[in-house]
Amino acid sequence: MKFAKSHEWIRVEGEPVPGAVATIGVSAYAVEALTDLVFMQLPEVGSQVTAGESFGEIESVKAVSDLYAPCSGEVVEVHSELPDNLDLLGQDPYGDGWIIKIRLSDPSQLDSLMDQAAYDKVISEGTH
Amino acid sequence: MSTNEPTGNAGVDAQQNPPATAADELQVTPLHRWHADHGGRLVPFAGWEMPVQYTSIVGEHQATRNNCGLFDVSHMGRLSVCGPGSRSWLDRMLTRGVADLAPGGVRYTLITDNAGGGVRVLDDALVVCESEEQFGLVVNASNRERVVDWLVSQLPAEGVELEDQTRQTAMIAVQGPAAVATVTSLCSTEDAQRILSLKNYRSCRASVAGHAAAVSRTGYTGEDGVELVVSAEGAVPVWEAILAANDAACACGLGARDTLRLEAGMPLYGHELVEATNPFAIGLGRGVTLEGRTFPGRDALAALKASPPSRVRVGLVLEGKRPAREGCLVHAEDGHACGVVTSGSFSPSLGVPVAMAMVDADQAEPGTQLEVDIRGSLQPATVSPLPFPGWRKS
Repeated sequence: MKFAKSHEWIRVEGEPVPGAVATIGVSAYAVEALTDLVFMQLPEVGSQVTAGESFGEIESVKAVSDLYAPCSGEVVEVHSELPDNLDLLGQDPYGDGWIIKIRLSDPSQLDSLMDQAAYDKVISEGTH
Repeated sequence: MSTNEPTGNAGVDAQQNPPATAADELQVTPLHRWHADHGGRLVPFAGWEMPVQYTSIVGEHQATRNNCGLFDVSHMGRLSVCGPGSRSWLDRMLTRGVADLAPGGVRYTLITDNAGGGVRVLDDALVVCESEEQFGLVVNASNRERVVDWLVSQLPAEGVELEDQTRQTAMIAVQGPAAVATVTSLCSTEDAQRILSLKNYRSCRASVAGHAAAVSRTGYTGEDGVELVVSAEGAVPVWEAILAANDAACACGLGARDTLRLEAGMPLYGHELVEATNPFAIGLGRGVTLEGRTFPGRDALAALKASPPSRVRVGLVLEGKRPAREGCLVHAEDGHACGVVTSGSFSPSLGVPVAMAMVDADQAEPGTQLEVDIRGSLQPATVSPLPFPGWRKS
């Protein structure tokens, strides 16, 4: 599992080759920081997401946040129950709280992301 | 993921205020250390570093509606006006008269000037009569400096002294159905009785947890409760004593304060109320007494009162879960733009998004169907009376 500075995670199923399917979610740290979630906007299956660009929104009582794609690809599955059960994000951020699955177009983008240790270091330093 | 849009209505988002620089250091209240030590998420607000929440805005909101919430509102400006001329001077400066305000009385007022021969609303405030020749003003943190500058510029040569006591004191709002009982449990029988018998918008002196306090039956949540002004040194002991006196009492941040006042339909300066606001268009006519009075901007306000406003303040209840935010445009059923959202959030009590908006007078009837443009998506909304029906259990 790799992490973006913007707190999304991505996990590739199998080998990271072009066309491999990867799951995207947000980190436990980010979910805890948000609190009071009320709304989530997700992309359509078949749409394209671009690394570093917004693919959806998550909104709390207080504020709207963009969700950024860690890697580019085509959306192949959307966790459609999630907007009606936002508690899943906090209960199981790396499992049942997954957000979308994409078909990777450029697996080399994974190289610029952080591993768990590097991400943990970033959040412990409070850089976000 | 990044929180990219300033959306707070109490201005509790860091993004809403200019970032602090070394030259522009944030002020802190006497409770700042307590907030930091107890999980308070501190954000810049109107020049102060204040807790937006401790654990959950919704949890803090519900604690206030159901039992008792504590709010550090020490950032609000507290001005003392005293001297033999204080009563008549304030009576000529405020939109509400104080000539007949008895000791212990509190009034909601606007502070206006008459720049350019018109009227500008500089702030909304509470004026408290402490004794025949001693008054207090509680003003918004964001307006404190210019209100002080304006009032000082209008002081007579003698007979009135104005002092900004914000830094020497702390102010704690205790709000909710159990608030008064919680506070009075920390008082002598005599003081407790005095507080219990206070009507709304009345104040008294009392000793709370052994600290001298000015106690007023006021607040900004729509709940019963009191606001306490204590010395800066008394802030932490009084705060902790209140929490210790009631297991269900909950420290609340500015986030909950905003959702509570929004449900209760209370305007907030900088959002519903700005310099150019016609108070009669936003339901603040009660904050202006024109008859037989003079104050800065009085004639311009009289003219505003005489002609029906083109836009008025309404509540909106939205469909779905997505909150409207300040600045979202409101459209009529035929599609034409007819208003703008001034505050919006998810309502923890109602479980739906609610907003306040200024809309064309012909679209303001409760029940009118409108649409709010939330970042390009049109959400159906229904005009609601204010406060929002059903916001309080009792």
